[in-house]
Amino acid sequence: MTIEAIQNEIIDEFSMFEDWEERYQYMIDLGKDLPIINDQYKTESNIIKGCQSKVWVHAELNDDKIEFTADSDAIITKGIIAILIRVFNDQHPKDIIDANTDFIDKIGLKEHLSPTRANGLVSMIKQLKLYAIAYQTQIK
Amino acid sequence: MLDVSKIRADFPILSRQVNNKPLVYFDNAATSQTPQPVIDVIVDYYSNYNANIHRGVHTLSQEATDKYEIARQTIQTHFNAKHAHEIIFTSGTTHSINLVANGFSALLKKEDEIIVSALEHHSNIVPWQMLCERTGAVLKVIPMNLEGELIMETYDNLLSDKTKLVFVNHISNALGTINPIEYIIKKAHAVGAAVLIDGAQSCPHIKPDVQALDVDFYVASAHKVCGPTGVGMLYGKEEWLKKLPPYQGGGEMIAEVTFEKTTYADLPHKFEAGTPNICGGIAFGAALDYMNNIGFDNIASYENELLAYATEQLSTIEGLKFYGTAKHKTSVISFNLEGIHPYDVGTILDKLGIAVRTGHHCAQPIMDFYCIPGTIRASFAFYNTKEEIDVLVEGVKKAKMMLS
Repeated sequence: MTIEAIQNEIIDEFSMFEDWEERYQYMIDLGKDLPIINDQYKTESNIIKGCQSKVWVHAELNDDKIEFTADSDAIITKGIIAILIRVFNDQHPKDIIDANTDFIDKIGLKEHLSPTRANGLVSMIKQLKLYAIAYQTQIK
Repeated sequence: MLDVSKIRADFPILSRQVNNKPLVYFDNAATSQTPQPVIDVIVDYYSNYNANIHRGVHTLSQEATDKYEIARQTIQTHFNAKHAHEIIFTSGTTHSINLVANGFSALLKKEDEIIVSALEHHSNIVPWQMLCERTGAVLKVIPMNLEGELIMETYDNLLSDKTKLVFVNHISNALGTINPIEYIIKKAHAVGAAVLIDGAQSCPHIKPDVQALDVDFYVASAHKVCGPTGVGMLYGKEEWLKKLPPYQGGGEMIAEVTFEKTTYADLPHKFEAGTPNICGGIAFGAALDYMNNIGFDNIASYENELLAYATEQLSTIEGLKFYGTAKHKTSVISFNLEGIHPYDVGTILDKLGIAVRTGHHCAQPIMDFYCIPGTIRASFAFYNTKEEIDVLVEGVKKAKMMLS
């Protein structure tokens, strides 16, 4: 599936929720289901700065596609990462670099997008894209 | 007795909604809200007499200068300083601390010792570390116990004739502990050390008497006492302020300037380079007037009531753990839910219109001491109510249900 198709799928899912509580409960559940990152990657250098909670992201290149694993010590943050990983996982670096992230706004999580917000959703997206940029150079 | 509903009517912001819920504002230790009389002073300043001070001969400048200097006197009276010129306007507590730390660079030598406490805000740690780097002085730390109280026996042992400065906050921002500053000051003076007390967290609850305390420096911010942000004060004993070199060069702080030599202005202007936050200073005075009208005894006894009620109600929640259980504390409650990150709880509470602070509260050493990433901190002011505490308790229960 393309990044855009996955984003549309997520937008559809979120459109069924009536209020913030259902939206957040869903994210919390996603967070609980997120496959935990391998402990060896939970290193200081894999921590994304700018988050009030700790977020670790690890990326590997397999068949020219990036595989992300991540974890956080806060569950809502984990839910947000779970959504991001679902969007960006198993995609070509170039598609990740070019991806638009407007869908965050459309699923009612705009408040998390503010660069000053302590959870650092902006930093997470930036970090995923940085990995993509780094791996893009390897493919060439 | 406080007429809380009448007081609440003074604060326009308290009637707004957040996320379609009535605002419950429990982040008072970060910033207090502003009552209408203070807002009116700000509007009046810009509407009627906005001008630069201390140098104009025209009427607006005279009026602004008069009001600014009256505000200084209001602050002097409030803190019971001996002279108005012992009150220096700054941009806030952090600025005040940096001003003193910078001044001491010239007075310290290698191996002199500076004592801070384990309960400090980063703003009262970093400037001293920088000072130590510049001068070769050594930083010592008064440790705390599990309740969040400073251990005075260790403090006694840290003091020696090498101690030149002691810096302690009056009240801890993260835990609400009221520190025994009378004892700390007396002991420091006995070895000839100067003492700076960070009053950022105490001034909303207590009216300090700097002469009775015999403290050398006392610092505070307007925005914690119903005033605007970006303005604060440094109280310094006249003898100390005369000893410290100026912090910043510029206009206002000079007596005479030639390219060969500049002579500095007298106190307080020596430390007030450039155009100050004139409106902010005047509003700071108005904010203290507002709080004094309500009365600090009334404020303290009502806030203690809120603290006791909140402690009692929150402790009914299973798995809730308090941090900072000192015998003497103000209306600040730091807590966590077992197995749940404070950030998650704060996010859910925000959705319910409840403003609390989550995180390390700029006091990472305290969080490291407890081995936690942070806490949820609810801090109460005299305009809060028990009904709002009920909303908080229900909110925490809801967060716990959603996040468990």
